[in-house]
Amino acid sequence: MNEPGTPLGKDLVGLESLSAEQILTILNTAEPFKEISERRIKKVPVLRGNTIVNLFFEASTRTRVSFEFAEKRLSADTVNIASSGSSVVKGENLVDTARNLEAMRIDMVVIRHGSSGAAKFLAERIPSNVINAGDGSHEHPTQALLDMLTIRDHFGKIEGLRVCLVGDILHSRVARSNIFGLLALGAEVAVCGPKTLLPLGIAELGVTVFSRIEEAIQWADVLNVLRLQLERMEAGFLPSLREYNQVWGVSRAKIEQAPKDLLVLHPGPMNRGVEIDSDVADGPHAMILQQVTNGVAVRMAVLYLLSGGAPDTAEAAKGGAEV
Amino acid sequence: MDEQAVHRAVARMARELVEQNVGPGNLALLGIQRRGVEIADLIRSEIERAEGTTVPAGSLDITLYRDDLMAIGPRPVVGATVLPEGGVDDRAVVIVDDVLFTGRTVRAALNELTDWGRPARVSLCVLVDRGGREFPIQPNVVGRIITVLPEQSVEVSVPDHDGRWGVDIVPVSSEPEP
Repeated sequence: MNEPGTPLGKDLVGLESLSAEQILTILNTAEPFKEISERRIKKVPVLRGNTIVNLFFEASTRTRVSFEFAEKRLSADTVNIASSGSSVVKGENLVDTARNLEAMRIDMVVIRHGSSGAAKFLAERIPSNVINAGDGSHEHPTQALLDMLTIRDHFGKIEGLRVCLVGDILHSRVARSNIFGLLALGAEVAVCGPKTLLPLGIAELGVTVFSRIEEAIQWADVLNVLRLQLERMEAGFLPSLREYNQVWGVSRAKIEQAPKDLLVLHPGPMNRGVEIDSDVADGPHAMILQQVTNGVAVRMAVLYLLSGGAPDTAEAAKGGAEV
Repeated sequence: MDEQAVHRAVARMARELVEQNVGPGNLALLGIQRRGVEIADLIRSEIERAEGTTVPAGSLDITLYRDDLMAIGPRPVVGATVLPEGGVDDRAVVIVDDVLFTGRTVRAALNELTDWGRPARVSLCVLVDRGGREFPIQPNVVGRIITVLPEQSVEVSVPDHDGRWGVDIVPVSSEPEP
């Protein structure tokens, strides 16, 4: 029998609270899970009989489908709930929704929510395992984990690498999760973007700040280009998309100036011609589709590890639910 | 069993496997993680030495197919599953493990194997059969049959994990046989 791995606890709310050992356990567990998706019968029975609810209060294609594939390939039974068309539109609050689901005997909840802290809020109130699939501008842990797995695939390591997050850091849960995870694993992290889209005091997290993308490209091993949410422009953070592309967009001409092998990642969905040009997105530096493939393996690993659970924390959560 | 005894047993097991399958041509070895993989490697080199044929080999991690996974607390580390070159379809697949005890590991391995494809036939080859079956499973090729008391367990040592080849009977450890 193989030895037990490092337990993650009951929930995966974010990477901020995880140790390097726990993060590595997830990445290492994802490795054998990659192979399952290459089989003719893409299914193992490990979560047979488990019921998982995907509770998506925000639009998502990639993350929701990726979680659903991961769940199904582990033989769990899944139910998808989107906020539109559910009783949420009738005014039911989050905890009531979750408690009603609990009453139908579920085992795990994957939650995407527009409010920062929603996943933790829920995790403290229900005994099921809760996985954060993105909460407001707080964290999106599985996205950062799949980014790290892709980086490790390419370079064979994470420690000592220089990773620069480019774009809208202020509103990005992907950026926050990446910063926590990468720093825990010993990478150097930088951010680069317009001043209006960088949080105040970001350097206090221990990251370098670049004000020009050309400097970031000279420095970095990895550029993780974040999606520019187009509604930001209307809110006055940016003068125009065209200007953003000229100054901050990752173009072939810019990355050709890189002094070394440069890996370009993007969490999707891409705005081609805004934060990333097509000749970069489809070019040899990008591993964007590999990220998507790795996403399924990472989520399988998280589901597998959490299903081992920690009964004591589940009990504590039950106690909390009665308050 | 010391190193020499293990090598003798494995050499005979390799010969029996080739004989039972009418030559090495269609064989594929599948070692169960972790010690079965090394025993499969040793059988493979024995067949190569005797027959001059390299038999495809792979490895199987049965963790995700265990029947007691929900009862054992923190999730065990999952090892690599590697299909033998050319797949398992229509081949004479040999499942190789170190110790055969309850048969539950082999049950799990059979389930995983049938998710991989449809072998022409499947046989089971173990270094030690210690009895105590809880499933109707019997090996085709055995290195040694050892009668072991319930409070004893059989420990197989392999070079990659334990630094040597050997089989020892020890008082029951905390590690249960799956």
